[in-house]
Amino acid sequence: MKTFRIGGVHPAENKLSAASPIRKAQLPKQAVFSMFQHIGAPAKPVVKKGDEVKVGTLLAEAGGFVSAPVYSSVSGKVSKVDVALDASGTRRPAIYVDVEGDEWEDSIDRSETLVRLSDRPDLDAKTIVEKIKNAGIVGLGGATFPCHVKLTPPPGCKAECVIINAVECEPYLTADHRLMLEHADEILVGVELIMKAVDVKRGYIGIENNKPDAIRLMTEKAAGHEGIEVVPLKVKYPQGGEKQLIDAVIGRQVPAPPAIPINVGAVVQNVGTAFAIYEAVMKNKPLIDRIITVTGKSVKQPSNLLARLGTPFQQLIDECGGLPEDTGKIIGGGPMMGKALISLEVPMTKGSSGLLLMTEEEARRTAPQPCIRCAKCVSACPMGLEPYLLSKVSEKQMWDKAEAEDITSCIECGSCQFTCPSNRPLLDMIRVGKSTVMGIIKSRAAK
Amino acid sequence: MSKLTISLSPHVHGGDSVQKNMYGVCLALMPALIVSLCFFGLGAAIVTAASVISCIFFEWAITKFILKRDELTITDGSAILTGLLLAFNVPSNLPIWIIVIGALFAIGVGKMTYGGLGQNPFNPALLGRVFLLISFPVQMTTWPVSGQLGSYVDVQTAATPLSIMQNAISTGDASLLNELPDSFHMLIGQTGGSMGEASAICLLLGCLYMLYKKIITWHIPVSIILTVFVFAGVLHLTNPVYANPVQVILSGGLMLGACFMATDYVTSPMSHKGQLIYGVSIGLLTVIIRNWGAYPEGMSFAILIMNVFTPLINTYCKPKRFGEVKK
Amino acid sequence: MNLILIAVIVLGAIGLVSALVLFLASHKFAVHEDPRIAQVAEVLPQANCGGCGFPGCSGFAAACVKAADAGSLEGKSCPVGGQPVMEQVAGILGMAAASSAPKVAVVRCNGTCENRPRLVSFDGAQSCRVQNMTGMGETGCAYGCLGCGDCVKACQFDAIHMNPETGLPEVDEDKCTACGACSKACPRGIIEIRLKGPKGRRVVVLCNNKDKGAVANKVCKASCIGCAKCVKTCEKFEAITLVNNLAYIDAEKCKMCRKCEEACPKHAIHGFNFPPKKVVSDAPAKPVAEKPAAEAPVKNEAGPKAADAPVQESPVINNVTQ
Repeated sequence: MKTFRIGGVHPAENKLSAASPIRKAQLPKQAVFSMFQHIGAPAKPVVKKGDEVKVGTLLAEAGGFVSAPVYSSVSGKVSKVDVALDASGTRRPAIYVDVEGDEWEDSIDRSETLVRLSDRPDLDAKTIVEKIKNAGIVGLGGATFPCHVKLTPPPGCKAECVIINAVECEPYLTADHRLMLEHADEILVGVELIMKAVDVKRGYIGIENNKPDAIRLMTEKAAGHEGIEVVPLKVKYPQGGEKQLIDAVIGRQVPAPPAIPINVGAVVQNVGTAFAIYEAVMKNKPLIDRIITVTGKSVKQPSNLLARLGTPFQQLIDECGGLPEDTGKIIGGGPMMGKALISLEVPMTKGSSGLLLMTEEEARRTAPQPCIRCAKCVSACPMGLEPYLLSKVSEKQMWDKAEAEDITSCIECGSCQFTCPSNRPLLDMIRVGKSTVMGIIKSRAAK
Repeated sequence: MSKLTISLSPHVHGGDSVQKNMYGVCLALMPALIVSLCFFGLGAAIVTAASVISCIFFEWAITKFILKRDELTITDGSAILTGLLLAFNVPSNLPIWIIVIGALFAIGVGKMTYGGLGQNPFNPALLGRVFLLISFPVQMTTWPVSGQLGSYVDVQTAATPLSIMQNAISTGDASLLNELPDSFHMLIGQTGGSMGEASAICLLLGCLYMLYKKIITWHIPVSIILTVFVFAGVLHLTNPVYANPVQVILSGGLMLGACFMATDYVTSPMSHKGQLIYGVSIGLLTVIIRNWGAYPEGMSFAILIMNVFTPLINTYCKPKRFGEVKK
Repeated sequence: MNLILIAVIVLGAIGLVSALVLFLASHKFAVHEDPRIAQVAEVLPQANCGGCGFPGCSGFAAACVKAADAGSLEGKSCPVGGQPVMEQVAGILGMAAASSAPKVAVVRCNGTCENRPRLVSFDGAQSCRVQNMTGMGETGCAYGCLGCGDCVKACQFDAIHMNPETGLPEVDEDKCTACGACSKACPRGIIEIRLKGPKGRRVVVLCNNKDKGAVANKVCKASCIGCAKCVKTCEKFEAITLVNNLAYIDAEKCKMCRKCEEACPKHAIHGFNFPPKKVVSDAPAKPVAEKPAAEAPVKNEAGPKAADAPVQESPVINNVTQ
């Protein structure tokens, strides 16, 4: 069984919602669309207060090349263009839409019929990328990197294969798992579209073997698609990291930044992104909804919901049995890399792969003890770094040393802190160091 | 509902703790302790109890009265472990007062002066042992013969396999080696020596347990034992006054040192590459000190010497970075 | 005789060789030091107290020379020698003496536990910089004090402490040397190094919130909501500017009339070290028997630059799950 070569941990999987089929969430009363649903420049609003919008109406256009437009996921009236609390924990520009009815733009094909690549011989690489760009598709695994950027290799680089990330290494989350079980055909067409967009003949779908049903189904269906191969992977976190996945699937390691996956010939896309690409290209449907796992040990009905973007998290929880009394922490995303939210009024965004509730007891961290230099963090680090050292030099503000020790290579996966017997807040301090060092490097480059 | 908590990711923890690791090592030492009790009887029990109790006491007293810290550190298991390891490194007929001095040195000087758990550059138990060895050479090098269960300081003593080996080298008379017990007895541990030196097989069992529980990695014990085996083997082949390598690795504190002392978290290198360098160096130093040094046992000195080099090894032996290209 | 001769020759030879080695070594390994450092160090008190924040007087001298090369002696001051010494230093380095007006650190947040309730509790490394990465932190205010005391840790003079009741740091004005370490340590740029003002009197907007009025009003009882009432009261002196929904009082232009303080509907403007007035004010006014504040002469040559807007940490790039 393949896996990545350096480090890694195995957190308790807790895939509570794996057996619950995807269900459609109700429409919210008011939807809030953040202008920061992706990495890069914020989107620029093109609507104003009082405008009537339909499902699929453009609300904001991309603010640059590394950016993505935002479409309305509901029909109704724009009530204000203001700021809203989002998953980052700060207030940032957002568009509020009061929902009335559910009217869709006519251009969107809402039928369920599968459109194969062979049905659309007119599509060429340029059209596909253009459609993806216009549909506002970003990496749906959580990183929210605008999709079209990755499909436009920089000059001098040539993609050799497409790797689809269906690993879902985060504990609890099952959105991608359910998507594969219920929309395997669409995903495979999506993969073909990506392969065509970057002009490669090989596509790999990496799935961890804690999802044997998905591996079986996808392998079966992939037989009908030339060049696509399903690669079962050993369960190990953080296999869903782009660099780790490439190492696991094709055995190549992306060098330290500024190198990017395309330098080793790989284009990595999430399985949810592949599905969204299918919908955007074949059905003309911009990115207006996604599957989100609402889960937690105290949640009555852990579910996978197909919810419209902009729906407040409060409503999603209500649909899964309400907020439990003893909730101590609400996490947007998975437990290893998700962000703790300060309120449930935060709306769902393109990057919301999960909503995890933790009880007060689970939420509490244990008090840190002195580092005993056990080197478990060094063994666990998937990037071959020394977390104990990086954390220490960040604490002592030795930025030169931190840079020399490759702090910028850290992918913030949290394996070090997860494994630390002394419960030290290793990643907390490393993040401080990393962001400071990045700032120093940037200002040096500006000179 | 009370206030929500916010923190940066990760939001889950693997559940490992300092206590689990420390008590895990203590548990791994139990088979060897039981065998020691069977071979050395009362003396072993008294020495072990005195050592553990005094280590805990000194840590508590120093934390409370000298460092004036509020948090209680004696429950983390490290003091118990130091006490056990110290007891394993001394003869079972050692008077209690010497043990107490050893414990005071191990905890007071070896650990707490540097700031307590995680800060010490040397293995505290070994520091205590070496201090005793230099201060009380007579008491520390008379080894009781096993099987005298009811007696303590008044036991019969005899030469250990190690002193026989060194004697053979210094006199150049290979026939002296015939006095060595056979390998099987050395494996089981029915030979004279300090408590922890007794049963190689029980120590190996403990080591396997620690490997299984992922308390330690294989790098240090394997590299030490392999190095000693190869080096001693080469010597044995060139000149038969050097004992055969199987007996070398089964004698003395080698197993204890390789599995429990050298693998001490705080004083061993962090990267696997560094751990291998550390292990090989300890193995080489051990054989050199045993064969040509003044003391019959070189393990503790070898480990302490390499403890000094640990920061240097950490500075120059980095784990292989992801995607690193060989220059 | 022979013996004596041999001894003399041998010793003499050893001496010569050693001298040669020393001579060569002193040339070969000479550390070239800027001669100005020695000159500056000469005029310093040589108390090596570390009060300036540098390791001893020679360390401070080196820092002064470096700063002079960079163009300004701003922020360099010797607490023992005071202004006369700094003028000498400036003279040696051919610089204009740095502003003579004493400065002090001012915490521009009044979001006490009472004014600004804690909505959630933060769990993690006790550092403001870490907490700042979670977004807004424990309160709903993205600009206010985080309360983990990074400024306290940064201060070498024991001049800033957390008040457990308010959850805010407080500056000990007697001890503060205006070295700026706390200001740099604060991830939200709340602490301003500001003119101390005549007799220590100054009027400051104790808020850093740049949100729109409605939001700022909601999160904190003592926030600046950008209503511009203070700006209107100060039309004559033009000391108050409103940028990004936040009022700022230019210490150089302020005439200490304290009208803005009364005008502020949220009591975000505070006067420091004024004698008690009949008008109720939240300011921790110390009873000082002196002339009324409004008549206090103001003669400051250089004022502080407007505090730079705090740089928000960019959201952590989540580059694992793709």
